[in-house]
Amino acid sequence: MSMAGTSMDRGRSGTVLADIRAGGRGALVGYLPVGYPNVEISLAALRALTGEGDSPGVDLVEVGLPYSDPVMDGATVQRAGTRALERGVRTRDVFRAVETVAGTGTTAVVMTYWNLVERYGVDAFARDLAAAGGAGIITPDLTPDEAEGWLAASDAHGLDRIFLVSPSSTDARLASTVAACRGWVYATSVMGVTGARVNTSSLAPELVRRVRSADPDAMVGVGLGVSHGAQAAEVTAFADAVIVGSALVNTLLAADDAGTPDDLTGLRALVADLAAGVRQTAAPGTSAASAGLVGA
Amino acid sequence: MSLHPPAQLPDASGHFDRFGGKFVPEALYAALQQLEQAFQAAQVDADFKAELADLLTNYTGRPTPITEAKRFSAEAGGARILLKREDLNHTGSHKINNVLGQALLTKRMGKTRVIAETGAGQHGVATATAAALFGLDCTVYMGRVDTERQALNVARMRLLGAEVIAVESGTQTLKDAMNDAMRDWVASVDHTHYLIGTVAGPHPFPMMVREFQRVIGTEARAQLLDRYGRLPDAVAACVGGGSNALGIFADFIPDTDVALYGFEAGGDGIETGRHAATISNGEVGVLHGMRTYVLQDEDGQTRESHSISAGLDYPGVGPEHSWLAHTGRAHYEPITDAEAMDAFALLSRTEGIVPAIESSHALAGAIKLGRRLERINGEPPLILVNLSGRGDKDVDTAISWFSIDTSGVPSSEQENTAQEARTADDPSLGELGKGDVA
Repeated sequence: MSMAGTSMDRGRSGTVLADIRAGGRGALVGYLPVGYPNVEISLAALRALTGEGDSPGVDLVEVGLPYSDPVMDGATVQRAGTRALERGVRTRDVFRAVETVAGTGTTAVVMTYWNLVERYGVDAFARDLAAAGGAGIITPDLTPDEAEGWLAASDAHGLDRIFLVSPSSTDARLASTVAACRGWVYATSVMGVTGARVNTSSLAPELVRRVRSADPDAMVGVGLGVSHGAQAAEVTAFADAVIVGSALVNTLLAADDAGTPDDLTGLRALVADLAAGVRQTAAPGTSAASAGLVGA
Repeated sequence: MSLHPPAQLPDASGHFDRFGGKFVPEALYAALQQLEQAFQAAQVDADFKAELADLLTNYTGRPTPITEAKRFSAEAGGARILLKREDLNHTGSHKINNVLGQALLTKRMGKTRVIAETGAGQHGVATATAAALFGLDCTVYMGRVDTERQALNVARMRLLGAEVIAVESGTQTLKDAMNDAMRDWVASVDHTHYLIGTVAGPHPFPMMVREFQRVIGTEARAQLLDRYGRLPDAVAACVGGGSNALGIFADFIPDTDVALYGFEAGGDGIETGRHAATISNGEVGVLHGMRTYVLQDEDGQTRESHSISAGLDYPGVGPEHSWLAHTGRAHYEPITDAEAMDAFALLSRTEGIVPAIESSHALAGAIKLGRRLERINGEPPLILVNLSGRGDKDVDTAISWFSIDTSGVPSSEQENTAQEARTADDPSLGELGKGDVA
């Protein structure tokens, strides 16, 4: 498995991030689950996520596939996922969602727990995802150790495979995981599950540094905990991309709880704030300390 | 415990052939490696083994006896049913064997807090007990539904100083308690050990918990050879996650003349869809960090399981059981709620032992087995049953199942309760009584 020394194939999704970085800012990655508040409205929400008219949206979309036992998700994403399942979302709906996003010209990847892919058939899932215009899969509960089938299927269908790294990953593991990725690397910035937090973690800049020392050309996205534009700017000061999920899902939960599930105003406002945030990014190389992330 | 060489499986990466493995967030990978190293080091550390052996003898009360259930056996086609009395352990079940081992490892890893999931509450109580003994902080996750049907164990855990969190997500049972414990662990792994209570989860848990429970079968094998001069014809145990079953199976796996039977929770019956018979009715998938049989729908979403027994109400199963089933070395059959409750009542009335409802599934299975097995050289077959726990915690369930009168009013003065009272008095009127009684 060791491919240390070679630099990562950026695939389609990593190329999106690299092009944005070359343009002088960090990228915004936004997550929403298919099927919440229902399949049709979730497709509208995904379109809203990509920006409308002159308002910029996210640069890369993460389409989540709801799962009955989502051990990496915090309460917000769990709640939306549970409701989506109760309301009948199916695995095949994720391909419609990806097609919808691809239709806007924005690149989409899928985030899914592994059993859903295995059940669909790893090669069949890869084939249908590629046919829908998807760029790859983020696998929160699949590490390269168990990914033999996925490595083959992603090669066969030209898909990116985005594995997670963690502050607790050893240097050797970090190197082998980064080497197994195609596209970019998903850095979990706090020791914990997903969910909006008041402060992003000081562990993140160090983790990004370690990924880059394993592969200087690797694109790195930092997830878990970002909820507004100013935080997004802090993250893209040291990472190639900031990943936002729970905060976006919260806007849909609020609308649903208010009895207006198709009201996407809150979502649009947050997307605009986040998109503005990453456009304020200080020049690459700005230290995390000056961005106020380190010190506590 | 060192008389038998370690089993060859799992392999170095934690696989039992196609089952097992580590399907976990990267954030947990380092902790699993640390745990595996600590466990492997402890296995060859004389001090660790002596400390654990001392606890098992002087705290838990091991070895547990073998009781021949003579009156109960009369229902079992003439087979001789021998009970391995794990119900006599401190805290009332086999769970303490594993908990003490892992609590000692927690100390060795320098961690100060343990978390656990629990279904019936037996593992939670055992974990809270060990935490009290070793001065560790303890949080137990328990599905809301289970806290209600096992209120006594919730109170016990709180008395022992543990924090009990009622899990509101998903189906609010054991699988959801496991999800929340896993989420806690991802966020607290630097100072917390997740003390999994069964032979499930990511490697090294299935292997490690089996080794800590192996003592059950090691003792029983020696006790039978000593007392009966031979090995049993069959070994029976209930299977939820499967730790009591693997504990009693492990040392018998090489004895190919000894049949191994795991009895799963058949709930209302396999055909109703309301059951927890994972091997009998599930399909291979990935759940809670392992590849194993899973009750799942067409898309791979976990299906809700059902059992009258909270401890067996789990839609997955330990990967080694999946492997034993796949290879045919062990056999797995469902036992319905009604069959288990009949066995529960029968053992209580014939032997003066009130078993856990979990263990009652093994007892009901042994009766069926006894009626099926043929005499060998004119001798009745010997069936070794793991009586994994005692039924004190299940009295409320029994009161409602059998409509037991707790009013203190003589039944002759009551009206309309004759039928219920009769069922409670004579379990042979239930499912088990319909077969051919020897």
